[in-house]
Amino acid sequence: MTPPVPSGSWPRAPWVRRLRLPTQPLARHLVLALCGAAILYAVTSSLSPYNDFEVGEIALYVIALAGLSLLTGLNGQISLGHGAFMAVGAYSAALLMTHTHLNLLIELVAAIGAAGLLGLVIGIPATRLKGPYLAGMTLLLALALPPIADKWSTTFGGDQGLTTTVPSAPGSINPEEWLAWIQIVGALITLVLLANLLRSRYGRSFRAVRDDEIAASLAGIHVARTKVIAFVISAACAGLAGAFLGLSTGVVNTGEFPLTLSIQLLAAMVLGGTGTLMGMWWGAVLLVYLPQWSTSLSGDFNLGSGASAYLATIIFGVVLIVVMIAAPTGIQGGLRWAWRRVWSLRSGPGDGTPTVSRHPA
Amino acid sequence: MLEIQGLSVSYGAVDALKSVTLSARPGAITAILGANGAGKTTLLRTISGLVKPRAGAVRFDGDELLGRAAEDIARLGVSHVPEGRGVIAELTVEDNLRLATLWCMGRRERQKAIEATFELFPRLSGFRRRHASTLSGGERQMLVLGRALISRPRLLLLDEPSLGLAPLVTAQLMALLRDHTQGTDLTVVLVEQNARSALSVSQDAVVLNLGEVVMSDEAAVIAADSGLRHHYLGF
Repeated sequence: MTPPVPSGSWPRAPWVRRLRLPTQPLARHLVLALCGAAILYAVTSSLSPYNDFEVGEIALYVIALAGLSLLTGLNGQISLGHGAFMAVGAYSAALLMTHTHLNLLIELVAAIGAAGLLGLVIGIPATRLKGPYLAGMTLLLALALPPIADKWSTTFGGDQGLTTTVPSAPGSINPEEWLAWIQIVGALITLVLLANLLRSRYGRSFRAVRDDEIAASLAGIHVARTKVIAFVISAACAGLAGAFLGLSTGVVNTGEFPLTLSIQLLAAMVLGGTGTLMGMWWGAVLLVYLPQWSTSLSGDFNLGSGASAYLATIIFGVVLIVVMIAAPTGIQGGLRWAWRRVWSLRSGPGDGTPTVSRHPA
Repeated sequence: MLEIQGLSVSYGAVDALKSVTLSARPGAITAILGANGAGKTTLLRTISGLVKPRAGAVRFDGDELLGRAAEDIARLGVSHVPEGRGVIAELTVEDNLRLATLWCMGRRERQKAIEATFELFPRLSGFRRRHASTLSGGERQMLVLGRALISRPRLLLLDEPSLGLAPLVTAQLMALLRDHTQGTDLTVVLVEQNARSALSVSQDAVVLNLGEVVMSDEAAVIAADSGLRHHYLGF
């Protein structure tokens, strides 16, 4: 318990009040996205090309994780097969790149569409499944899809895979920075669109269906349709992320989309904060950097190559356990809780809108 | 007008309803009475599409309800308030109300309807932005009733609305229900364990026992039948 602080003992300066974000959701999300863009622009232009490449990877994982967060956190459906949707997006874009010379934008839209279509095919039977059964079905998808690419190796390039090409950068911008920028813009557009969607009737319907399907249907919400829409949107996000991953690596083959990718996506989403969008940045940072840290760590301790291969997985597991104990709502949930604590200490009780803590204090 | 004919529902080998025939007229409250296991809740769940029956017909204002999905029946103007649940705990009070109007109202009309609901339940208006999970049992019952009424239903199915409520709140609820029904074309089907309070508010009543209709008549007639009361209603 904290001693009550008299209200107004920390008067907020007028400029703080003026700095409040707009209340209109669309304006608010756009302002946040533009701020994010400015920060990331400053970051990418000061970093080395290799670091730019990593920032781009973070951005693409944010896209996939945000879609997964919407599906699992807000609609209550679990997916262990999001790596497969990424693969579909990556192969679709790469196939168009090898056979046609279309605009990158069209190739990305095709990747989104193809993954969304598969999301529709998987999402319809998924409405009849719950929890572990749905996890099983989507897991099967992640297992069943790569062999298809191996089977028709003339189309999909077999083990070699398909090569991708990034459109050349304008002016003197180096290619890594240019690609990172394409991916960052993609991530920010995705986040703004999803954030608005969540504030709309769809967002409310998603949450209603997650909480109580019977109550939702009695309120006139089409439960099955709502779940399919969530699945399609989530798959489409993964498709865009997959196409971006193909651009980053320069080649698309089945080795890039192992089962562990799907599982890591789910774990990173939980770490970041299930159901949040901003939390996905934390999850994506962990996805990109944890393998690197574990490699350098195993180098420091002179571990053999066998042990170091597992170290990343072990660290991921340990981080997951620690975060789940310390902050069950993920990193973003923990930060929000800490922020509210600081805020209530400063402004004293009774000030501001009453918020309900969803975090066991 | 709600007309149910030869409705039979079974859960596996257990027959919950055996060829039930009854009707409920608009502008009146029809109480469905009976002991535990009489089939009262099953009856409501079948009307609103949550349970698929074995045989029978359920017609409302000429529309056959059987075979339709629960959400489509809700969109026909049938509001079902299920027993002890029906609020979305993780949504705010206002969003709970909004949810039930998404498919039938424009933005301006919706806002008006929400304000009207808060006028009907002034207690709720202080909790607009609070999660429904933080409400007390009685407040939740008000919210779920408000949500059922906000879409201006033509048929209201209430399952034990007095469950867990203080007697005074129950009385207020029943009075509100009567005001909402009299002189309108709203049909209300009220399932109640508390037969005495249900009979005091309703015009018609149906007594169910082990899935069969024992008697269906005006509420005053049933309330006057002391043998029936002793046998099936426990007062």
